[in-house]
Amino acid sequence: MALRRFNFGVTLSSWKMKYSTHSDPLGTNLKERQAQMMKKGLPVKKPIEGVKNVILVASGKGGVGKSTVAVNLALALSRHLPSQDVGLLDADIFGPSIPTMMNLSGNPLLTDKNLIKPLVNYNIKCMSMGFLVDNNAPVIWRGLMVMSAIEKLLRQVDWSPLDYLIIDMPPGTGDTQLSIAQNIPVAGAIIVTTPQEIALIDARKGALMFQKVGIPVVGLVNNMASYACPNCGHHSHIFGATGAEKLSKEIGVDVLVDIPLDTSIMEAADGGYPIVISSTSNNPLVQAYMSLAEKVLSRLSAIKDEPSR
Amino acid sequence: MANVQILPNVKHVFLVLSGKGGVGKSTVSTQLALTLQNCGFKVGLLDIDLCGPSIPRMLGLENSAVHQCAQGWVPVYTSPEQTLGVMSVGFLLENKDDPVVWRGPKKTAMIKQFLTDVYWQDLDYLIIDTPPGTSDEHISVLENLKTVKCDGAILVTTPQAVAVGDVRRELTFCKKTGLNVIGILENMCGYVCPHCSECTNIFSYGGGESLAEMGKVPFLGRIPIDPKLTKATENGENFITAFQDSVAAQAFITIVKKYMIPQEESMDVSEPIDV
Repeated sequence: MALRRFNFGVTLSSWKMKYSTHSDPLGTNLKERQAQMMKKGLPVKKPIEGVKNVILVASGKGGVGKSTVAVNLALALSRHLPSQDVGLLDADIFGPSIPTMMNLSGNPLLTDKNLIKPLVNYNIKCMSMGFLVDNNAPVIWRGLMVMSAIEKLLRQVDWSPLDYLIIDMPPGTGDTQLSIAQNIPVAGAIIVTTPQEIALIDARKGALMFQKVGIPVVGLVNNMASYACPNCGHHSHIFGATGAEKLSKEIGVDVLVDIPLDTSIMEAADGGYPIVISSTSNNPLVQAYMSLAEKVLSRLSAIKDEPSR
Repeated sequence: MANVQILPNVKHVFLVLSGKGGVGKSTVSTQLALTLQNCGFKVGLLDIDLCGPSIPRMLGLENSAVHQCAQGWVPVYTSPEQTLGVMSVGFLLENKDDPVVWRGPKKTAMIKQFLTDVYWQDLDYLIIDTPPGTSDEHISVLENLKTVKCDGAILVTTPQAVAVGDVRRELTFCKKTGLNVIGILENMCGYVCPHCSECTNIFSYGGGESLAEMGKVPFLGRIPIDPKLTKATENGENFITAFQDSVAAQAFITIVKKYMIPQEESMDVSEPIDV
């Protein structure tokens, strides 16, 4: 049987030579080729103009304290590096907590270039869905609209110039996480968890998701780690004790800080006057967040100095 | 499109919602389901939190798999009597630690399958545990439940302002979509120190009750932070049976008796439920 010459000038034999190997004689290494083909369809990561480093504060689980940690981390970073600009993006479209915690409200204005001007408080530039919708109005959107909103909050806000943009992520591993991971380069992610197993299951998923999409997880925050009774000082581990340490060993990511469950952190956040600025620097709670900021910065510079993976 | 009848043999459907994450929706869903089961009803528990399915762990069903029968997927039952059947994406994962990183359309399709392809059989109650927010999962479940008589939604919150703010939105969501609101339940209200018995309101106080008043919906009650409940959900134990005299268990029993069991169906409501 004579070999047919294909239209694009490749003979069957030359095709086999190109793609076949000893272990795969028919050249059917489809999986690899498929992966290559699929990569072509993915969005290209484009940095946000004027923003040097993006840090994600995430967790698979809801209610572990992502917003509280994000707000206090942003303030701690700002305190640690007073000459640098820090911003805070609330990516939780459905449950935006940043306006309450940063004591900000009102409709943002537009700049001459038609960019949304972030609202500023405590020297932090902030943007949240909460500024764009009414307090009581739910945002009942399917994933596609969420993607579009996230894109606007990233690119159509006048962030520039920013040294650090902290993004407070919503719970879960869905559209928002994918949109951010696929569209912008991220310096690193912090996973917040509480010690209980139910939270850890989801935190683990969150960490694995970041590993899947190639975002370095710089560390874990063990939030609500223990509780000291204000009456007798007795320490209890309301939400469990050793969970975060166990997770840390499992996924090879260090616990950066243990933050206790303290009513004052919650009251400060609810009141729009976060603890890092409302309390003195010798308050152990403030020191915990300052320590977190220092460790995050040192981990990020270690990642940058690593030879490209 | 084929007119598939959704949940043809389910008498009552309740959704457990919250705008806020981490307030205890899954905990409340499982405890309500266990309480109803203890009352002698046939209960189904559907977990539509696809990214963070907590229900399998809470009922000790983590390593269970879903089987197929001629009529569809068989829910995972907690006991041979088959009085509590559970469905969750957690049972469909190869590895329980695998993250489910799906965009909206895939989630919508999965939820539809949970409602149409699962062979729930005859149920007195179906409790649906939702993820936080008002997105694809919530829109899909309500769309699919249009032909089903849904008794209503139980909104869970913690007392603090940031939680209440999100639940306020969820309340508006229910009103906009015409979903009946059974009431607001305030979780994690107060912690009693095991050492000195002093009760402290770690997550503030009263937010849920004020919201219920403002939204003109019933206030269903308060559940305190009970480490025994936390431990039971971690270990997949039946808290309602093991600690039925505790404040938390009694709160769940009261909610079930007063708001979920219609008066004409209640058998010996005057007597405390003996489990």
